[in-house]
Amino acid sequence: MFKTIFSYVGQYKKQAILSPVSIIGEVAMEVLIPAVMALIIDNGIKKGNIGYVAGMGLFMVGMSIVSLFFGALAGRLSAVAAMGFAKNLRSALFHKVQDFSFANVDKFSTASLTTRLTTDVTNIQNAFMMFIRTAFRAPIMLICALIAALKMNSRLSVVFLCAVPVLALFMAMIMTKAHPRFQAMLAHYDSMNASVQENLVGIRTVKAFVREEHEKKKFLDNTDKVRRAQVNAEKLVIMTMPFMQMIMYTSIIAILWFGGRMAVGGDMETGELSSFISYVGQILMSLMMLSFMFIMFVISRASLQRIYEVLIEEVDIVSPESAETEVKDGSVVFRNVSFSYFKDMNNLALAGIDLEIKSGETIGIIGGTGSSKTSLVQLIPRLYDTTEGQVLVGGRDVKEYDITALRDNVAMVLQKNVLFSGTIRENLKWGDPDATDEEIIAACKSACAHDFIEGFPEGYDTDLGQGGVNVSGGQKQRLCIARALLKKPKIIILDDSTSAVDTATDASIRKAFRENLADTTTFIIAQRISSVQDADRIIVMDNGRISDVGTHEELLRSSEIYREVYDSQQKGADE
Amino acid sequence: MPPRNTKPMQKPGNAGATIKRIFSYMYGFKALFVFVVIGVIISAFAGIAGNYLLKPLIDNIEESLKTGHWDKSKFIGILAAMAGIYALGALSSFMYQRLMMKISTTTLMRIRNDLFTKMESLPIRFFDKHTHGELMSLYTNDTDTLREMLGNSVAQFISSAVTIVGVFTAMLIYSWQLTILVVVMLFVIIRVIGFIGSRSGKGFIAQQKALGRANGYIEEMIDGQKVVKVFCHEDASCAEFDALNEELCQAATRANTFANILMPIMNNLSYLHYAVTAIVGGIMTVKGFGGMTVGTVISYLQFTRSFSMPITQVSQQLNSVLTALAGAERIFAVIDEEPEADDGYVTLVNAKIDEKGNISETEERTGRWAWRHPHKADGTVTYTEVRGNIELDDVYFGYEPNKTVLNGISLYAKPGQKIAFVGSTGAGKTTITNLINRFYDVPDGKIRYDGININKIKKSDLRRSQSIVLQDTHLFTGTVMDNIRYGKLDATDEEVYAAAKLANADSFIVHLENGYDTMLTADGANLSQGQRQLLAIARAAIADPPVLILDEATSSIDTRTEALIEKGMDSLMEGRTVFVIAHRLSTVRNSQAIMVLEHGKIIERGDHNELIAQHGKYYQLYTGMFELS
Repeated sequence: MFKTIFSYVGQYKKQAILSPVSIIGEVAMEVLIPAVMALIIDNGIKKGNIGYVAGMGLFMVGMSIVSLFFGALAGRLSAVAAMGFAKNLRSALFHKVQDFSFANVDKFSTASLTTRLTTDVTNIQNAFMMFIRTAFRAPIMLICALIAALKMNSRLSVVFLCAVPVLALFMAMIMTKAHPRFQAMLAHYDSMNASVQENLVGIRTVKAFVREEHEKKKFLDNTDKVRRAQVNAEKLVIMTMPFMQMIMYTSIIAILWFGGRMAVGGDMETGELSSFISYVGQILMSLMMLSFMFIMFVISRASLQRIYEVLIEEVDIVSPESAETEVKDGSVVFRNVSFSYFKDMNNLALAGIDLEIKSGETIGIIGGTGSSKTSLVQLIPRLYDTTEGQVLVGGRDVKEYDITALRDNVAMVLQKNVLFSGTIRENLKWGDPDATDEEIIAACKSACAHDFIEGFPEGYDTDLGQGGVNVSGGQKQRLCIARALLKKPKIIILDDSTSAVDTATDASIRKAFRENLADTTTFIIAQRISSVQDADRIIVMDNGRISDVGTHEELLRSSEIYREVYDSQQKGADE
Repeated sequence: MPPRNTKPMQKPGNAGATIKRIFSYMYGFKALFVFVVIGVIISAFAGIAGNYLLKPLIDNIEESLKTGHWDKSKFIGILAAMAGIYALGALSSFMYQRLMMKISTTTLMRIRNDLFTKMESLPIRFFDKHTHGELMSLYTNDTDTLREMLGNSVAQFISSAVTIVGVFTAMLIYSWQLTILVVVMLFVIIRVIGFIGSRSGKGFIAQQKALGRANGYIEEMIDGQKVVKVFCHEDASCAEFDALNEELCQAATRANTFANILMPIMNNLSYLHYAVTAIVGGIMTVKGFGGMTVGTVISYLQFTRSFSMPITQVSQQLNSVLTALAGAERIFAVIDEEPEADDGYVTLVNAKIDEKGNISETEERTGRWAWRHPHKADGTVTYTEVRGNIELDDVYFGYEPNKTVLNGISLYAKPGQKIAFVGSTGAGKTTITNLINRFYDVPDGKIRYDGININKIKKSDLRRSQSIVLQDTHLFTGTVMDNIRYGKLDATDEEVYAAAKLANADSFIVHLENGYDTMLTADGANLSQGQRQLLAIARAAIADPPVLILDEATSSIDTRTEALIEKGMDSLMEGRTVFVIAHRLSTVRNSQAIMVLEHGKIIERGDHNELIAQHGKYYQLYTGMFELS
């Protein structure tokens, strides 16, 4: 996992490596400075050698300037490396998600993907910067300070040899115990956020049922759980600082006790003693830093895992090698097709579908909720792969086509459709980036969108806002149809795309389709019989199977389901 | 829908007031907080005192070297004092951290609860103006940074302040001459922090903006991922994203560079200070100037380190504190929002009605309801039976001041009547129902409920007397049973089954994995839109209100299933006032009155036959539907 993710450091590898290297420079100076200090005190001040004091003092100034240089350099390099890494990671994720098939997206859900690309990447970015700044700094500091202390007075260093393992052991204990508690806290935290989200989305329902108090009670219960979990986890972590202080203070007392006696006995200089105390701070601090790094790691591990899952996700629909790029015509054949969203033959959404549709035909599809109308048409532009059987477009298996070529020829207007922020014109150009104004207007006229667009003060340059919030549901659907028409496809699929459009407009859209798109194979999924009854053939779906196929009149005679649907809409029409 | 506007990220406007407000959430912890402050002071003081004692200790050793006689008891005494102070320091640091954790987690919980409680009481208008993401980030990002601040920064700030003052005092006592150096150093440090801080601050604002743009793009594209696929727009969106990403990377690098170099600069300024102090102190000791001893110099040198440390820490946390305060301000802004105004005083009560029609109030559930109407003028109370008469009189309304959505709507709905609204999207159908349950308010007297001005009725009671099934069905985390019971919290299991059967939801529920105990998560993602609508209908049915509003309640249910539930729906509607909004005209055909709306006006009204006979808009719509060509 780490190897995969850290490979995205990419072109910033140089900075990522140089950053710790220059930290070594900084740390070396930081460790040497107390040693120089000891020399100044012992050889200079105590012996009254002003020249020595000044000389070594200036030497120390020089050292701190060198240290500053390395420190600043490391700061810059680590920023470049960490932000660059985050950029690469974000970009890799975004590109990956763009490659995702519908099945891949379904698996993760859009909300979860968004979190992975935003919050998780930010977490990793911060952890990574922290990592390259301290991963080397702390151990190097620890080792350098230990060496310096040993060289200065090996006997006194025994204090460190006692203190360091005790602190390390303690830290390890805390961290292992804290980890599951943090996980538990995060779980409570997630469920609290989920409940907020739910209330934001369903605020009208909450208010309509006067359930504010009920929701409040649930939420208060939630926050209390979060608080308890938080206390439970943090009470361990906050023990580290006092404990570290205790060890540090004990070490200082021990050093002063033993060191003091050595100094009195003439085995040690007082300056050295003072430097030794500096080393206590440095050594124990670096241990602390290591343990905090571990906390960061624990926190970011969940994010790493979530990002990793996206990166290694196998994209299940890709263009074959030496793919066909020409779609001959708009004929569609389903040959013994079965399909399951879970690739499970026991849980089929479609079973045993056999169909032959000639180029230019208009096909209506009718069926109850959950009868797999959408599942059926999604196989045509290969948004999903069949679990069994074949789908042929223009006489060839859809798996043989280059995906872009296939989808450029099979336009689909989705049931749950979206427009993007930008102007109407920009959105329409998704269908054809090179569309001329005439083409755009023609498409909009066919989709009965031209009139209302012209009604906006800024016409085709009206800004839609994020998610197309500035147009009504019916207008949005018509824009989506126009956008699909601009592709000039050989096959167009309307998946319940006029449900929010009033019946009169719906009828004129169909009329326009008949007149302008006679050669285009058209699939219309609808709830309203009126939307499909003039189709060349109507497919009646029931529970993942084709129940009947025929014209309106034929089906009225032969299909019980069709008649029931018709009757339910027809009743009273003749009164 | 009214337009939304998003506020940009900003720095805190009034940090002082915000801090004061955060502290006001620590009520009940005043005594504990005093202990925290004392603990922080003791712990900081212990650090200083330890260093302070270093001088007599070193001097004690130096003297023994000079005189050949070691005052061992004094040495042990100093060391024992040090040990005592240190032990006290470690102990109090443990104590205050523990207490502070208790305070901060509870404070945070209170702020969250307050925010949520307030949010629940805000008018729908508020939610129109703010995106979900914007409000959500109050609970996530903003409370997270606040938690960071409460957990760490508060104690750190106090500790740093104490340390700075304490160390400075100790330094002053040891040598005022060397302290001049400290002051000079302090001046330099402040200038450096100011210089770098303002640059990194600006950098972070730029980074935040770039991050907002990039994340916004991610959100939009992932949300529309399926459309991107269908249009093979992958490469174009990748290219667009890469540009935003690059921009973000540059802003972030710049901001973080400044933040990162602050620490080494401060650190080495402190070493510089250390070196200069050593030189000057050394010279002074050698010259015997100002009574300087080796012990003083050594202690003093330790002090220079412990002096710059807290300054560095404070400066490092300053940015996160400012971010936290800005977040707290956003939270408080929501808490300060005007709640849904409700000066209604007419309440809904259980009623007993005798043969003569006299209404009396009762505690128990009688299945009959009355409006309790106190009259301020003479102190009397009158009761009106809740029947579901609704009257709109020349109602004008707009979501925004200059854009009216309804232009003079008048209608009268009697109990047991089914009133349908028909018309194209944006004609104002949903708006009318939004006014009837007071999601939005209109001037007095324009809407009357059983003869009472609805502005006089307590909102919660008004809404309790109506059930609404919305176009977008929202379900809550919990079991199917819980979700149906949402309409009536004390409903028995049998009542839930009955409601589900009425809505024809029972047949699919029993096929779910755990039947009625199946958990629904993420707004019922595991159900189809149609199944969700059936649950919503069951939820409305169990509430058993006199008024029912169905806003495209069956739009996602296929007509065959709709025909199946028709009987259930008919019995659900019986004896109630029902408002129906539907695209599908077959759904509204049997209504007593059908209102055809256009541009916020009722252009036609009547029952189905009358409207067909009129050969107007309704006729066009209706026949358009059955056009056989």
